[in-house]
Amino acid sequence: MTYLDHAATTPVLPEVLAAMTEQLGRVGNASSLHASGRAARRAAEQARERLAEALGARPSEVLFTGGGTESDNLAVKGLFWARRQADPRRRRIVVSPAEHHAVLDSVEWLATHEGAEVTWLRVEPSGRVTPQALAEALGDGSDVAVASVMWANNEIGTVSDIAELAATAHDVGVPLHTDAVQAVGQVLVDFGASGVDALTMTGHKLGGPMGAGVLLLRREAECTPLLHGGGQERDVRSGTLDVAAIVGLGVATVSAVHGRVERAAELRRLRDRLVAGVVEQVPDVRLNGAPLDDVVRSGPGRLPGNAHLSFPGAEGDALLMLLDARGIECSTGSACSAGVARPSHVLTAVGADPDRARSSLRFSLGHTSTDADVDALLAVVAPVVERARRAGMGRR
Amino acid sequence: MRLLAAMSGGVDSAVAAALAVDAGHDVTGVHLALSPDRQTLRSGARGCCSVEDAHDARRVADELGIPFYVWDLADRFREDVVDDFVAEYEAGRTPNPCLRCNEKIKFTAVLDRARALGFDAVVTGHHARLADGELRRSVDAGKDQSYVLGVLTPEQLAAAVFPLGGMTKDRVREIAAERGFAVATKADSHDICFIPDGDTRGFLAKKLGSRPGPLVDAATGATVGEHDGTYGFTVGQRRGLGISVGDQQPRYVLGIEPVTRTVTIGTADLAGVDEITTAGPTWTAGAPALPFRAQVQLRAHGRPVGCEVAAGADGGLVVRLDEVQRGVAAGQSAVLYEPDAERGDHVVGQAAIRTAARQRTPDRAATAAD
Ligand SMILES: Cc1ncc(COP(=O)(O)O)c(C=O)c1O
Repeated sequence: MTYLDHAATTPVLPEVLAAMTEQLGRVGNASSLHASGRAARRAAEQARERLAEALGARPSEVLFTGGGTESDNLAVKGLFWARRQADPRRRRIVVSPAEHHAVLDSVEWLATHEGAEVTWLRVEPSGRVTPQALAEALGDGSDVAVASVMWANNEIGTVSDIAELAATAHDVGVPLHTDAVQAVGQVLVDFGASGVDALTMTGHKLGGPMGAGVLLLRREAECTPLLHGGGQERDVRSGTLDVAAIVGLGVATVSAVHGRVERAAELRRLRDRLVAGVVEQVPDVRLNGAPLDDVVRSGPGRLPGNAHLSFPGAEGDALLMLLDARGIECSTGSACSAGVARPSHVLTAVGADPDRARSSLRFSLGHTSTDADVDALLAVVAPVVERARRAGMGRR
Repeated sequence: MRLLAAMSGGVDSAVAAALAVDAGHDVTGVHLALSPDRQTLRSGARGCCSVEDAHDARRVADELGIPFYVWDLADRFREDVVDDFVAEYEAGRTPNPCLRCNEKIKFTAVLDRARALGFDAVVTGHHARLADGELRRSVDAGKDQSYVLGVLTPEQLAAAVFPLGGMTKDRVREIAAERGFAVATKADSHDICFIPDGDTRGFLAKKLGSRPGPLVDAATGATVGEHDGTYGFTVGQRRGLGISVGDQQPRYVLGIEPVTRTVTIGTADLAGVDEITTAGPTWTAGAPALPFRAQVQLRAHGRPVGCEVAAGADGGLVVRLDEVQRGVAAGQSAVLYEPDAERGDHVVGQAAIRTAARQRTPDRAATAAD
């Protein structure tokens, strides 16, 4: 099996498995006062401290959640409610149309049910949001509740200059949330230095468990809770802590961040080989997103493990199926709940026509990727593309 | 063989896919997304292409350990089946959308794409027997679907696999239950899948609007009422005519004339026909020599009657019925069978009905029931 879908989820690291297995064998509610509870609490708090350190945050800024989706919902809705509560004129949300659905659908829910007004940010053809675009959209900021721009895009891998965007937002007094689910472990993510007010991350994209995530939230940021109950996590996210998952998440984050520089270099080497190899065999293939060697703030302007390619005349669906049948796993980027492929909203946001959007595949590399994986893809890509072109679905 | 299993999410296609896997084939499942707006069918529980159905199909595929994909054929389905359905009613005919879907979607669009992707054939859960290129009725007479497959050509049949024709529906459910498929007890879908609430007249009214016209009594030529659109009527229909006539005798729709929007009605003695003309036929094997004797079925679940099939005008057929039939509507298929009690009646071919009239037995009362 050739797994080239690490942006969907990536294998659990052995050290995470070991740490979680050990923790799962223990009893203890981190809120209990007795010895078992104290031990559980100690494990969770150690994880919190290590994770905070790895991401340039203070431990009190780490809120454990049930994953990236929950963190995005909490940040967007919680900041919106709290800011509007403080000043009812703040009803506007400024957001990029290329965000993950966890952000987009939260914003749209607020627009439908809570009277929010949405201002969509202009996105560069590369997928990047510029400080100018953000400044224009914010205006004097007085009516803006919150802005949200992802650190790195999950489909096309484009990185935005989040520190610059946070400074732009703060110039007019608006808090900025960023979804850094894909960025952590691939590019340098320093919460404190970036200046953002809230940052989403999740465990299963960097070798941790699924269903475990974090919202990093500045201490002074007001955020209305979604979940009420026992008052855990600064009263912003109630619920008994999943200590084993938190321990695993902590170990995974520390590993991913500490090993980042070497791993990013290796991913980049493999990714560049993959793209060059495909171009050689399918000369009219087109790369979506920023150029491979793009730079933002002296770091990569494109995630080193991401290759997003359009194969003119072929359906992404057909390509996916033919590759799957040959043991190669990748993704078309976006699927609706019923599994029907729709042109990706990300590609639409960067101005790709529907045909280009429908003819694309995402290959994403991760910590277990090897040259053999790239070789396996290159061994079959030409005939697969040719066959998919002949199959041109539902068209006449 | 490399087989593509069309999986609707129902029990039949689930068992068909399972039997294909058991037979040692390399099977891939696909669910056909046919509705343009998949959410709208969520509440219409029995549509064949709702989100739940896609989920049910996926569950079975996962249990079988086969790859599973959803193919979006909504555009093709709208053009070839839904628009055709509306246009046929608009023209005063009564279409069969399931037959059209088999012809244009499952065994053209899907089959073409399957072939291009390297599959040898498409397997479906239709209740019909298919062996040595011969299409025959299912052993389960009540569930037989050979009528809606009668339109398939030899090339299409050569790339079709129907594993269920040799067993009853009860046996299909048993197999599903033995395998622990959750769909084992799922209700059959009866309705037209794109009209999940079953209100065909309401659906057509939305598409075509109000187009009022007269209801005319065939015996007197008098206008006896008004209607909102000829699309609300099918030849042979008795209920819902919205008129009451003094003599208490039931009236039937005898004819629909779309240009003047006239719906002609009359008593049972006028409703029978014994001779049908058709459009050009399709044959499941080579074209047979005309004329020949056969049985003809004039609508889904209709009772077959003996007939003689001869050449007609414009490449069509003339079908002379041994017994007078009521409710023979233009647009429906006349599916021709060669009776065979042992191996199952053999489907010879079909042709769309153009006209139906009483030609040879003017004084005999209609014998067929509705
Ligand atoms: C950018 C981005 N945000 C949010 C999520 C959702 O995270 P999770 O799967 O932990 O809910 C994902 C993963 O699919 C993602 O790629």
